[in-house]
Amino acid sequence: MRSESGAAGARILAFGGYQPANEVTNDDLAKTVDTSDEWIRSRVGIASRRIAGPDESVPDMAVAAGGKALAASGLSPADIDLVIVATCTHEVQIPNVSATVAHRLGIAAPAAYDLNAACAGFCYALASASDAVRAGSARNVLVIGAEKLSQWVDWTDRSTCIIFADGAGAAVVGPVTEPGQQPGIGPVAWGSAGELAGTIAIADRDSFIAQEGQAVFRWATTKLHPVAQAACDKAGVDPRELAAFVPHQANLRIMETLARQLQVPRERVADDIVHSGNTSSASIPLALSRMIEQDELGSGEHVLLLGFGAGLSYAAQVITMP
Amino acid sequence: MAMTEKEILEGLGEIIDEIAGVPADEVTPGKSFVDDLDIDSLSMVEIAVAAQDKFGVEIPDEELKNLKTVQDVVHFVQRSGVSA
Repeated sequence: MRSESGAAGARILAFGGYQPANEVTNDDLAKTVDTSDEWIRSRVGIASRRIAGPDESVPDMAVAAGGKALAASGLSPADIDLVIVATCTHEVQIPNVSATVAHRLGIAAPAAYDLNAACAGFCYALASASDAVRAGSARNVLVIGAEKLSQWVDWTDRSTCIIFADGAGAAVVGPVTEPGQQPGIGPVAWGSAGELAGTIAIADRDSFIAQEGQAVFRWATTKLHPVAQAACDKAGVDPRELAAFVPHQANLRIMETLARQLQVPRERVADDIVHSGNTSSASIPLALSRMIEQDELGSGEHVLLLGFGAGLSYAAQVITMP
Repeated sequence: MAMTEKEILEGLGEIIDEIAGVPADEVTPGKSFVDDLDIDSLSMVEIAVAAQDKFGVEIPDEELKNLKTVQDVVHFVQRSGVSA
């Protein structure tokens, strides 16, 4: 039996993001639950978030973000042979999101699967895409994180409804083509902590997201900076020399603590959470898309990604901006 | 040698000053973290983690919710701490 081999390295060709039009401010939430703008800003750092309409589904948002990334990459749908959608909030168990999204984008007969690593999903999917390109099982991969958390949130629970939001972000991953060119996706540092599985969970199909805030906060602020550091070490990049640190947009206080621990200056930490909320697997590519749109990141710069969340699951890697 | 109540109180005052910006001299035994010092639940986690390092004790989340006043923490550290 023969085996196959792929590219020497994988890189990101483009990003794309999509957010629903409906903006919900803290003052809007204060009309229905006992909370305030000051309370939400000081605890989680969110000012407003986007919430999808009743007819706007996870696949709809995935198509919008995926289509933008594909257009920005310069590739045609026919060039894509693998589609990975990271999501934990899809409306139904089957069919999956990825095959439907591929069809709607005109990508004919790609390998397509969904991946659930919750808020770490995008980094898991990016690592899987990179591995597929390097192994030769795919040439170009469309990676999407898409979430409609609003349909799994109890809108009378002030501890969760202030945090979670909707959106999608995507990246196109392809091979390194020039001889000697550096890989654009660094080695992944990843893992899980199943002993803490109960700290972020949806108990059954009639339940909503429940979170043990203190336990998750303690875990995130004490166990994750070594993971981020390991990703930098594997890539041979000093965290202090990163152009940006883009952690999952979970909670501004967690993100700022992680930055301090890694000695990344605050102004280089993505804070898309302020106007996007926590969009789980979509948060990292959404933040990157916005930073590119606002010319905050230049081509060739190194950025550290760190996804973490329910599972508990986590994954980090350094990327080179397209 | 076990730490004295005064030593623990001083150490706790430094931690709370650094994490929550509450002047150390306001950290007195009778004060409630939430009602008097305006410290929220996530800052309590940060204070617990810092106190663990400083005093060499373990303060799990299930214990944390019982620690409502400065005195509660001082007593907990005294009970748990083998030596300083």
